[in-house]
Amino acid sequence: MSELFFDRVSVRYGHHLAVDDVSLVVPHGQVVGLVGESGSGKSTLAATAVGLVPVTSGQVLVDGERDRRRRVQMVFQDPYSSLDPRMSIGGSIAEGMPRGVDKKAEVARLLELVNLDPGRASSLPARLSGGQRQRVALARALAGRPEVVIADEITSALDVSVQGAVLNLVRDLQRRLGLSMLFISHNLAVVRYVSDRIAVMKDGRIVEEGPAARVLAEPGHEYTRELLAAAPRRHARLEVS
Amino acid sequence: MRAALRSPVGLASAVLLALLVLLAVFAPMLWGDRAAAIDTDALQQGASAEHPLGTDQLGRDILFRVLVATRLTIGLALLATVIGVGTGLLLGSLPAVLPRWAARIVTSAVNIAVAFPGLLLALFFAVIFGTGTVGAVLAIAFAIAPSFARLTQTLTAGISGRDFIKAARVCGVGRFRLLVRHVLPNIAEPLVINATLAAGAALTSFAGLSFLGIGVQAPSYDWGRLLGEGLLRIYLSPASALGPALAVVLAGLAFNLFGEAAAAAAGGRRRWRGKPVPHHESTVDDPGDGLLTVRNLHVTFPGGITPVRGVSFTVHDGEMIGVVGESGSGKSLTALAVSRLVEHPGSVTADRLDFDGRPLRSIPDRDLGTRLAMVFQDPMTSFNPALRIGRQIAEVSEVHQGLSRGDALRKATDRLRAVRIPDPGRRAGQYPHEFSGGMRQRAMIAMGLMGEPKLVIADEPTTALDVTVQREVLKLLARIRTERSAAVLLISHDITVVAQTCDRVLVMYAGRIVEELPTDELFTAARHPYTTALLAAVPDLDTDRDAPLAVIPGRPPEPGEITAGCPFAPRCPLAEERCRTEEPELSALSDGHRVACWKSEKELALAATGGTR
Repeated sequence: MSELFFDRVSVRYGHHLAVDDVSLVVPHGQVVGLVGESGSGKSTLAATAVGLVPVTSGQVLVDGERDRRRRVQMVFQDPYSSLDPRMSIGGSIAEGMPRGVDKKAEVARLLELVNLDPGRASSLPARLSGGQRQRVALARALAGRPEVVIADEITSALDVSVQGAVLNLVRDLQRRLGLSMLFISHNLAVVRYVSDRIAVMKDGRIVEEGPAARVLAEPGHEYTRELLAAAPRRHARLEVS
Repeated sequence: MRAALRSPVGLASAVLLALLVLLAVFAPMLWGDRAAAIDTDALQQGASAEHPLGTDQLGRDILFRVLVATRLTIGLALLATVIGVGTGLLLGSLPAVLPRWAARIVTSAVNIAVAFPGLLLALFFAVIFGTGTVGAVLAIAFAIAPSFARLTQTLTAGISGRDFIKAARVCGVGRFRLLVRHVLPNIAEPLVINATLAAGAALTSFAGLSFLGIGVQAPSYDWGRLLGEGLLRIYLSPASALGPALAVVLAGLAFNLFGEAAAAAAGGRRRWRGKPVPHHESTVDDPGDGLLTVRNLHVTFPGGITPVRGVSFTVHDGEMIGVVGESGSGKSLTALAVSRLVEHPGSVTADRLDFDGRPLRSIPDRDLGTRLAMVFQDPMTSFNPALRIGRQIAEVSEVHQGLSRGDALRKATDRLRAVRIPDPGRRAGQYPHEFSGGMRQRAMIAMGLMGEPKLVIADEPTTALDVTVQREVLKLLARIRTERSAAVLLISHDITVVAQTCDRVLVMYAGRIVEELPTDELFTAARHPYTTALLAAVPDLDTDRDAPLAVIPGRPPEPGEITAGCPFAPRCPLAEERCRTEEPELSALSDGHRVACWKSEKELALAATGGTR
């Protein structure tokens, strides 16, 4: 069992309260989608889970424990800046591995897991496309054998024709490895596709949280309704008021 | 470094440097004895055939002494540089590893040291360490160190915000390893270049110290010392001073120019390379004159890169046209070409590029500025942060329409009201940072409305905005079109955005239009395999959650990778032999519907409705 629990987390930058008393559970083996606008605090919340941003108050727990090093890993938004341009992709992946692992074999296994040719372990990131880099980033996150993975806008820097393949891979891996996952995106359609539960964040607070189907079908909060109305739909044309 | 050698300056300085190194290694072996040979018959002679630079007060040949002194001069300069750069690197990277309070002390110390001029520091240290070679080396080294420490700090700070550093931290990589494996390799290039420049500076400063008598002491000698000795007799025997002076200048130049060339090469790297693409003859059956008529448009960059390859379309008055494509499809460059914003070294050619009945080329800037409005993707960077919004918007009318300052500002306020910015009078007096992203984008549109635009080109106007704001901006564009009967060319990577607002859609792939069709038919009658695959690949709120998303294998080609044949063929499920060798032209399928594909309409229709998945 591995459950990520944000216990009344607040993050303050100077006078600005970026995250305001947020409590959120990512249950074992489930995907919680986190939606909200830019500046709503969703990325800051994610950063507290992996220790990149210290919490001002509250705590982040994995299975009730505060020590969560390596147990929570993160995949970043921009695959063009999240890989060291001077380090081979194999080297980047191997960095996150625990000691005493056969690094070469493990790198090959992970590359295979994300549908990349293990023979490319020695390539530099510059030789890979955006979609391939995001797969490498995913492999690196998995190298630490995490129980929880945080995906922060992982498809928003990708071309639309490549995005689908990465989403399929994320869903497939999450199910196969039984990962708990916090999936952050501003795109409601993408969140809907991967998530079991959906949390909506606005101005540093979670305004609504629940099973995906329920939140989308009967949104309880005004802001969720607004987001749903704004999400592009195929057959609806924008009315000019 | 290899690129640095390609420029003439780089090559010349590299040759000079190599020569210096050879001299430093071999001169003392070859001529050491002759440089030290005392000749009491030839004391203090001027230049002669036997002694081209004359002799010194002990009758030693100055030319040989200059050549032999190369080793000591260059050696000491390099030693000082190595110590200086090493110390600087250490001081500069310490803050990244130390606890915060200690880091702050180191940083402040460096900041204070940087405030002193280098030569002053060198003189100060020279006094402290005492006159002599060791003192001079340390003096110059410590004079170099602060600026290097600062440089390292700045570069480190620049890179530590990058995601790959964060990612490594999340993986549990320690601070020291982070510094050595991730930070230093990524800042090495500017550091090496600056070290080369520092070596040149060290060489000249060292000569300066020796010249002043606080550097190298007799019986050792370097160029500075020889210069000092020669200068005493400059009126009697100018050559004996000019020889060492020339050596100092040449060596200093060699280091500095090589550093500059390396910096220039490092800065100007990243070049597209590719094969020239044959120009296509694009045939268009619509002969009508629209507001904007584009025929066979190409945008080319040096090296044979052609990101836009024969694009033809027409925009009629009051029409809203969407251009959809992925990054690298050429959609933004098409927009820039139409608004005459493609910058050197890009070049635009077209069989026809007419706006409002005239060739675009011949329209004066003033007319174009008022009849064509452009809205860019990032509202954060498209305004000058130091000027008030109202002033910036008003400027359009001052420049293009000759309005007075006050009138222009009144008009700007009026236009801000037109894009529904609340309290426009007060808002016009505010700075861009006081506007939210959506408001800035409206203000940008208001700027476009200062003239009487007949065409608004919006390049990804909503990509940087939140979904709720995005809708407002799209509505605004649609409203401008109905109220002012302006045509809109909306460029987007998001097919759903275009589908919601436009009359017609142009789908671009690899620099060409692959399909053009009315928006109403987009979800029902799209025929090109790329369009149908794209529509299937994008999840929306009605996508089946239990099935995997449709995927287009591979990735779009970069502008340099385009070869013969249909560029989509490598990813296309229907591709056959002909698709890989010959590129299909855009041809009419029905009225207002054009497709560039070799497959018959029947085959395409079958694939679109049935089995592409």
